[in-house]
Amino acid sequence: MDKLKMVQRFPRSRDRLLAILHELQRANPRNYLTGEDLRLVAQYLDLPLSQVHDAVTFYSMFSLVPRGRHIIRLCDSPPCHLAGAWSLLAALQEELGIRVGETTPDGLFTLEFTSCLGVCGVAPAMMIDDQVYGNLNPERVREILAGYREAG
Amino acid sequence: MRRLEVLLCAGTACLSSGSRAVRQALIEALSAHGLTQEVRVVETGCMGPCELGPVLLVYPEGTFYVRVKPEDAEEIVVEHFLKGRPVRRLLWAGEAPPLKELDFFARQKKVVLANCGMIDPEEIDEYIAVGGYEGLIRALERSPEEVIEEVKRAGLRGRGGAGFPTGVKWELVRKAPGAEKFVVCNADEGDPGAFMDRAILEGDPHAVLEGMAIAAYAVGARQGYIYVRAEYPLAIQRLERAISQARSYGLLGGEVLETGFSFDIELRMGAGAFVCGEETALIASIEGRRGEPRPRPPYPAQAGLWGKPTLINNVETLANVRHILLQGADWFSSLGTGTSKGTKVFALAGQVRNTGLVEVPMGITLRELIMEVGGGVPEGRRFKAVQIGGPSGGCLPEELLDVPVDYESLRQHGAIMGSGGVIVLDDSACMVNVAKFFLEFTADESCGKCTPCRVGTQMMLGLLSRITSGQGTEQDLDRLEELAELVGSASLCGLGQTAPNPVLSTLRYFRDEYLAHIHERACPAGVCTALIHYRIDPEACRACDLCRRACPSGAIEGVPGKPPYLIHHRLCIRCGACQAACPFGAVHKLPGRKE
Repeated sequence: MDKLKMVQRFPRSRDRLLAILHELQRANPRNYLTGEDLRLVAQYLDLPLSQVHDAVTFYSMFSLVPRGRHIIRLCDSPPCHLAGAWSLLAALQEELGIRVGETTPDGLFTLEFTSCLGVCGVAPAMMIDDQVYGNLNPERVREILAGYREAG
Repeated sequence: MRRLEVLLCAGTACLSSGSRAVRQALIEALSAHGLTQEVRVVETGCMGPCELGPVLLVYPEGTFYVRVKPEDAEEIVVEHFLKGRPVRRLLWAGEAPPLKELDFFARQKKVVLANCGMIDPEEIDEYIAVGGYEGLIRALERSPEEVIEEVKRAGLRGRGGAGFPTGVKWELVRKAPGAEKFVVCNADEGDPGAFMDRAILEGDPHAVLEGMAIAAYAVGARQGYIYVRAEYPLAIQRLERAISQARSYGLLGGEVLETGFSFDIELRMGAGAFVCGEETALIASIEGRRGEPRPRPPYPAQAGLWGKPTLINNVETLANVRHILLQGADWFSSLGTGTSKGTKVFALAGQVRNTGLVEVPMGITLRELIMEVGGGVPEGRRFKAVQIGGPSGGCLPEELLDVPVDYESLRQHGAIMGSGGVIVLDDSACMVNVAKFFLEFTADESCGKCTPCRVGTQMMLGLLSRITSGQGTEQDLDRLEELAELVGSASLCGLGQTAPNPVLSTLRYFRDEYLAHIHERACPAGVCTALIHYRIDPEACRACDLCRRACPSGAIEGVPGKPPYLIHHRLCIRCGACQAACPFGAVHKLPGRKE
């Protein structure tokens, strides 16, 4: 969909800022906000560009650089940490060949940390896009990644 | 007529262990055996014991199956649904008794979670069938002042952390001058280890909407917002659905239930910032700005969203409200202790047998909560501490397990109720490391607006890192305490004010461990890698050479067939690869640094 049309579905009110940014970012196959997106939103909500930029950089879920098609968010909160999240981190980094904050060269995955996903009963956990995975171990992580690779 | 109801948990935790595939398999098996008309499969919210998921509950008899896999569906349908013989191997601990008699459930008192796991959260009719929205009807029959009085008399206090009396807050907003007022539900649950709000939003979303509508009527608001974190996509989806159903039933919108009262609710989504759970930061975030807190007063009750009087309540608090209206303040205040009324939902995590969500009356002891409801620590491990209240809370030792769980008792001992996250730690946890870990979290999530929090948490972290790396001195402990005092008293918002609690409580109850790190250069739990060493037991070593080959730093010396092998401590990076590689258990991890 045309970006302007997408933005115009929201009321012209500043309290829609985060929702609009989420929508634009989701629509981008590389999961990030472009400078053009920011200018569009600033114009639509009648805000200085600096204030849109200000908000975008505050929230950890928004990115101003291209990311992978799938965002892997590994939970590193205490319950997951105690349950061995570090071994998942090692498996993810090894399997993907990247470190936290980086994107695989094929543009398929970006690896990030997330704050608590609230599924501590099945720790350690991670989330890929909107899908939560729990009771993980390094093998299970490799299987899950293989599934995404197959699906492309 | 349906013969059986199969309640299948579809909360995020059970979905993550594959409950959707189980549902599909059950439906196929039911249809293959011609039972589609007799047995209904309902997807519900969280039932509590997340670790055992996917779980399913068969009514009317209450048979509780755990860790069900899609391939079990056929057996359940044939053996249980057709022949009437429950599949024993899938029952919790092989026990046949109905759900409510299992230890895990018997000690609980489900008020807020009563509907979670019992109804389909996507169908408003199911909510209404179990008395849903009757609390709102009762409220609308009375004056707003009477509603406030009832909530005050019940003694309900905020479940989000601070424990402010809910009715008093409502009265402040009611009395605040201004024609336009707002009600905000704080669903930005961010404390690591807390997930009760997610479970309520996913499992019983209408209870939150009903609580908000009652609150709006009481304080005189026409518009409400739910600020929910973006990490909870399923909660967002169920809330959206619930709001639109409530609107179509005339329970939200222009004329609620054809009375003069009008109230509507919109969702606002966060974008990954822990500090937005703080009420003034949350307001800034809803308004579309950086989620930074501001000094109070003015409190949101006086000047909140767009400067208007705003009531902000937490999810669990709001989910309690309808019960007070339905069953009365006297009933509510009969549960709990002198100052802490009602029940509290706790999220059990860490080294405890039954992880998951539990709801118990206030005033139950920590021992009952952890050892009885939670089933204690797993076989072969020893209880060491309980971390309660998340990054704002503290760690309590075994001696304090008989402390009752209420706002005042916990605070008096250096922890807080917080949102109700309970992380059980066993003897494998290093308390200095735990404190450091929580502080890393708050330092990372500090928004940076005020200096005590931004710089103070980093300075404290630096001191803790010195200690865990074996460079600490006893003066560092004094400096830690001094900084903790400063950060706690001078920070702008709750994040910084409570950030030192994990450090202070571990210093208070586990000072020995800090001192061992400092004086003996040893981590007693064997967690801090700088303060441990590995040793090969010469008696047990068979000189198989596996450890030497596994060692990434060439620190092991030995000749195959000629035991013992030796570790050169200076070269060792303490990665533990040798221990993992040894088939004879000859490599031991020991506290203390060896040069």
